[in-house]
Amino acid sequence: MEENNKIYWKGIEQLTNDPEFIKYAEKEFPDYLTIKDSYGDNSQADDNGGTSRRDFLKLMGFSVAAVSLAACETSVKHAIPYLNKPETIDPSIPNYYASTFIDGSEAVPVVVKTREGRPIFVEGNTLSSITKGGTNPRVNASVLSLYDKEKAKAPSVKGKEVSWEAIDSEITGKLAGAGQIRIVANTITSPSTKRAIAQFIAKYPNTKLVQYDAVSRYAIVAAHQKTKGKTVLPSYDFSKASVVVTLGADFLGSWISDIEHAKQFAQTRKIGKIAGTDGDMKKEMSRLYAFESILSITGASADYRTPIKPSQQATVAAALYNAVAAKLGKPTIGSFDNKEFKYLAKAADELVAAKGKSLVVSGSNDTDIQVVVNGINEMLENYGQTIDIDNAYSYQRQGDDTAMATFIQEVSNGGVGAVVFYNCNPVYDHPLGATLAQKLPSVGLSISTTDRLDETGKLCGYHTPDSHYLESWNDSEIKRGFYSLAQPTIGRIFNTRQAQDSLLKWAGSTTDYLALVQDFWKTLVFPLQTKEATFEEFWTRSLHNGVFETKAAATYISEHDKDKAAPAAVTAFDYTSLAGELGKYKAGAFELVIMENTVLGTGSQANNPYLHETPEPISKVCWGNFVAVSQADATALNIEISELTTQRVKLVVAGKDYTLPVIVQPGLAKGVLAVALGYGRDESFGKVAKEAGGVNAYPFMQVNGTVINIRTEGINLEIAGSGRHIPQTQTFQTIMGRETIIQESLLAAYQKDEKAGRYFPKVTTAKGKTTPTDLSAWDIKGDGYKGKDSHEPEKKKDAETEKYEKSLWNNRHPNGTADTHLYPNHHWGLAIDLNSCTGCSACVVACHIENNVPIVGSDQVIKRREMHWLRIDRYYSSIVSTVEAKKAGLIGKYDLLIQAAENPEVVFQPMMCQHCNNAPCETVCPVAATTHSSEGLNQMAYNRCIGTKYCANNCPYKVRRFNWFKFNGNDEFDYHTNNDLGRMVLNPDVTVRSRGVMEKCSMCVQRTQSGKLKAKIEKRPMQDGEVVTACASACPSDAIIFGDLNNPESKISKVLDHEVNNRAYNVLSEINTRPNVWYLTKIRNKDVEKTQA
Amino acid sequence: MYKMKLHTKSFRLALAFSLGLFWCSSSLLAQDQKDNKQTTQQTPDGQQAPTPAPAPAPAGLELSADQAVLDAGKALFEGNCKQCHAVDKEVVGPALAKVYDRRNLPWLINFIKYPQKTIESGDEYAKALYVKYKQFMPNHDFLSDAQIVSIISYVKNGKHGDGTITVGPENPVKTKQGVSSGLLTAVIVGLSIMLAIVLGALFLMAATLTKYLRQAKGLSTEDMEVLEPEWRLGDMLRSRSFIGIVAFLFLGLVTKSGLESTLAIGVQQGYAPTQPIPFSHKLHAGQYEIACQYCHTGVEKGKSANIPSANICMNCHNAIKTTSPNMQKIYDAVLKDEPIQWVRIHNLPDLAYFNHAQHVKVGGLACENCHGDIKEMEVVQQVSLLTMGWCIDCHRKTDVNKQGNGYYDKLVKLHADKSKKPLKVEDIGGLECGKCHY
Repeated sequence: MEENNKIYWKGIEQLTNDPEFIKYAEKEFPDYLTIKDSYGDNSQADDNGGTSRRDFLKLMGFSVAAVSLAACETSVKHAIPYLNKPETIDPSIPNYYASTFIDGSEAVPVVVKTREGRPIFVEGNTLSSITKGGTNPRVNASVLSLYDKEKAKAPSVKGKEVSWEAIDSEITGKLAGAGQIRIVANTITSPSTKRAIAQFIAKYPNTKLVQYDAVSRYAIVAAHQKTKGKTVLPSYDFSKASVVVTLGADFLGSWISDIEHAKQFAQTRKIGKIAGTDGDMKKEMSRLYAFESILSITGASADYRTPIKPSQQATVAAALYNAVAAKLGKPTIGSFDNKEFKYLAKAADELVAAKGKSLVVSGSNDTDIQVVVNGINEMLENYGQTIDIDNAYSYQRQGDDTAMATFIQEVSNGGVGAVVFYNCNPVYDHPLGATLAQKLPSVGLSISTTDRLDETGKLCGYHTPDSHYLESWNDSEIKRGFYSLAQPTIGRIFNTRQAQDSLLKWAGSTTDYLALVQDFWKTLVFPLQTKEATFEEFWTRSLHNGVFETKAAATYISEHDKDKAAPAAVTAFDYTSLAGELGKYKAGAFELVIMENTVLGTGSQANNPYLHETPEPISKVCWGNFVAVSQADATALNIEISELTTQRVKLVVAGKDYTLPVIVQPGLAKGVLAVALGYGRDESFGKVAKEAGGVNAYPFMQVNGTVINIRTEGINLEIAGSGRHIPQTQTFQTIMGRETIIQESLLAAYQKDEKAGRYFPKVTTAKGKTTPTDLSAWDIKGDGYKGKDSHEPEKKKDAETEKYEKSLWNNRHPNGTADTHLYPNHHWGLAIDLNSCTGCSACVVACHIENNVPIVGSDQVIKRREMHWLRIDRYYSSIVSTVEAKKAGLIGKYDLLIQAAENPEVVFQPMMCQHCNNAPCETVCPVAATTHSSEGLNQMAYNRCIGTKYCANNCPYKVRRFNWFKFNGNDEFDYHTNNDLGRMVLNPDVTVRSRGVMEKCSMCVQRTQSGKLKAKIEKRPMQDGEVVTACASACPSDAIIFGDLNNPESKISKVLDHEVNNRAYNVLSEINTRPNVWYLTKIRNKDVEKTQA
Repeated sequence: MYKMKLHTKSFRLALAFSLGLFWCSSSLLAQDQKDNKQTTQQTPDGQQAPTPAPAPAPAGLELSADQAVLDAGKALFEGNCKQCHAVDKEVVGPALAKVYDRRNLPWLINFIKYPQKTIESGDEYAKALYVKYKQFMPNHDFLSDAQIVSIISYVKNGKHGDGTITVGPENPVKTKQGVSSGLLTAVIVGLSIMLAIVLGALFLMAATLTKYLRQAKGLSTEDMEVLEPEWRLGDMLRSRSFIGIVAFLFLGLVTKSGLESTLAIGVQQGYAPTQPIPFSHKLHAGQYEIACQYCHTGVEKGKSANIPSANICMNCHNAIKTTSPNMQKIYDAVLKDEPIQWVRIHNLPDLAYFNHAQHVKVGGLACENCHGDIKEMEVVQQVSLLTMGWCIDCHRKTDVNKQGNGYYDKLVKLHADKSKKPLKVEDIGGLECGKCHY
């Protein structure tokens, strides 16, 4: 990549060549185990370190005792069969049930894998045309939330556990004379739940349902009310858009329907063989413009990204409107122009050119901005094309900010007699939560149904805990006509009751919720289809499939729309009238964005350690939140950050001080600060949530008609202290000075030459320069099979071997035969499309859960002992003058640093064991614990491993992780696997590793093993797609393809057959490790001549 | 007398030799018997699939009188139905005579495959059956339609005697004895008798000679020494060679036992714990010939063969031996809703992946291969070592059960091109670490 002067860097530390960074980069295991006590107890550790004689004797005594114990007869083990074995459950054979993940405002169709009646893995439901089998980190992690010991175990009154009968009679007694009753909830996508609430309202007519969302999108609904007369949240189709402009909407990470949008967007980004069905080649891709304040994963995927200040988002929207309007000869709004914003004019030009096939979206929750966005889309004739407000529009956000504000007002005025918080936590996640907290104790009857006594639940008089979604019946209408069912996959773990059942009980209904769901499906959904004649058959099929989708007729009225006013006839909206409104944001010295962490989301699963251990995709910080500042501000404020160490800052928001660690975030405009939501929990929410720490950022938002997630005034930042460690994995496992790890190019170059961006290394040998893969180990020795002077006889080859050598593998490496393994039956491989990967990290969480990868906690992450088998490397790149850079060391000077960090390009690269055919790790293991299989896998026998770590030191990809501790069943690592309930999440097909062994990606060998067995039992060859790895199954953008390279019919073969000579490359191919993991080059849809500085 | 001395020496040698021969032959006899047993156990019969081979399917699923079908039906009937059904009388379930007239064939096939589902589906006849017999018949979904038809054909057209199970110990247990082993025993006994006669004669000769020499006079001191050897214990104990030999033997023994006990850690061969209910495999699997799969339902499906749940016991025992105190334990368990805690005999470590389906269903191995002669065991014990060496050894020796299995086609073809030797498990990666450890 020398020609384009690009430098790649993982973090600011690398850019400045920070000495700490160098130290760590050169040494994979920098710290010795600084613990006094081998059991993991660090409490006695003193600064002197080392082991005393006493410890030695203690340890020896223990060893002797252990050895003599081990020599004794093993204890008696019992085999306990079922008393009455259920017909469908066979020990050791997994069962799969379609269900729906419902948490907060999210609803995702899933398939739950259970073993012996306990859920152990959640995958996406491929039958859903919305998510198409994709998941996000929260969906994957949710299976552990089921086994959270810190949830409420029974109903309680003022914290005292009581029986259901007692609490029901008290509540019904009080409800009767309560006066005004409110049910407060996050978005309810379940039509049956709405019916249960309707029954409650029928019994208590003074009841009103108030819906709100932790992260509100109400402005979009309000804007459509204004411009279209319809209170709907549109459904967006990114797959039909060839030009997308996002004004701060992180649609790949959080916005409205991240999985759906990632799937759609990925379709437009896939090029080459991977996109085509059977033989087609695709060389066109969509173009994405991002104008955003934070660096989101959507911005990271953008072709053109312009950092703006939060106060400018209204101006950008108006300027874009004006630019488009000017082109189309429509009236403009005020005098907003686009001179200030790079690429805005270009974006407008292309939007107009792609009229009807474009999309403009905004992440702002300001109604005026959304109205302008509607105006742009209207001008571009996107309604009915990429935006659907008439048919299958979305129910994914139904929160009404004004209704919620009114509710809090009512509570403050004492106008509410009773309130039911249905699975929501507004005290924590609403900007006016503090007001609510103050007044809530004065409400006569307050009930919370959340799974634990959270911030709101603590203040309520009654707590009637709802069951987890995996224990419940439910349904969901995610979009109009797109239904999904949820069924219980395990009996209730605690003495909980479905909140809908509670509502029905209090409403005096005698039916249970399941009957209500069935009744709903019978009366409303069943008539929508003609395939099944009886409801029983339809119900069975729907339960099996999990989803039922129909192109709803215009006359069809969804349960969600029942009480909605008929669409008002609107005259064309006068956009020019907004001129004054859009100028309302005043620029401040510092401006704050309150952002959603792509992994943690709104924080409803904050006690789930998987979500904390998985690094935030951009900053790579795990375990806790931080203030992100730009490099320019960091320089100005003299904030000094080195490897893993940062400073504490005092963030002032509206007169209040908050202390947080700070990180320098490239890609932020000067003056922009960002803080993530979902943190700042206390002990009552759970130990894990408490360890993550941080501050609660919800109060930073303001209610101004709608909930505004930016603050442009009253923000200040100053240094409060120094030397705080921060668990940030961004520079871990650095691969020093290798430029070929990321290979990328521009679309135009790719269209000319599919090899664009590829790097073909050459090595110098005695015979001249040659491609590394042409060398075999025998050639290097000089007595190879092939040479004329060979002392060894020419190896005789039979016909079949020769046929083999013409296989895929050797097509790729035409001359490398001598040291190529023969893979007679299967040859597993992965192909990873860098173009599709959005960095969302669903694969990381899925890998954790599938493979029992331990959680190590923030302290151990700081010591670089995190255990991720699969990590996503995030590289920044920027173009700087190489001459200047060389002069300054790497880039030592601050002005250059600021320039590089101003608006870098981003590449995500999922990195796992590469399963090298010439694996460097295998050759250095003194005990042959890591060996090569006849299916192309690099396998790891844990019980053989003695922990020398030679393999990790020799691994060029740094994907081997060492178990410094026994994490399972160890109270030092209080992340649910230290108790029996939490351990239910473990996958019984994968060994739980202990202390002192090396571990790494196995390419989900347990899945291939079971897939092979299934084929053998059925006496047939394996089919492609029968087995997928956990990461590939989770990926919402299908960036990871897993399959058998020996099977010419497999997708991976078809893709690689073509791409191996074009886009596909191996990382570090120059060292001739010959991995079985292939990456497809990143192609950006940028114009060639306009490479930015 | 030099000659004489020689003679005595050679005579002693001969004596020792013949004694040795005798010992050898007797131990050989034992060995032979053992070997004989092992060979009968170890015959891996690829065709001996758990369920008998499918009968030649009658076209169009009609009852047949074809003898081949009837034979297959009989085998299936005795393997799967006989435990609960007789043709002419009610046992646990209804008598099967005329069943083909009472219900039509598709109904029967469906019911036999999925009785519980049929009953739950609301079928009137099935419900009536359930009301009468008060229990579910287990699923027989492993039988093909053709197999079921052959069973019913057998019920209709086959010759059957009293098909009921006779309960009680008077039923003689047949032990199979090979012809060859009888002959071998006769030969060895004959040899032993001959050797004994020779031995006796030699002893007699030696005694006579000694007696004669004692009477003779003028023997040299050398000869006297031979005749009445002088032997001092002290000298021998102090001799270097003796100490050396003893020390060597001692060290050898210590090393051997040390090594053996180290290698035996965790090895539970011969482990035969007392179970909460003294269930006899000898009675159930041996005498009544109940197929292993009848109770161990998972053995062809997954990792675990499954310890039968109490409802499987109840299939028969709600009618048979209901008053036995041991049966009472099962009734108690059901009433109290407390599962029976059997003692686990075969304990493979967690780090090893083992799958019954792979070995039984795919590999076509008989249960006895690893579990020994279970049909003869009153109390089940662990017969095999269950060490990794034991696994590997078998993977080296065993041929892949590739016949008719499309999965192996590619591997078989490749192997045939390369080698004339049979395709062993090790040839297809059966020795790789990652096949069992992950």
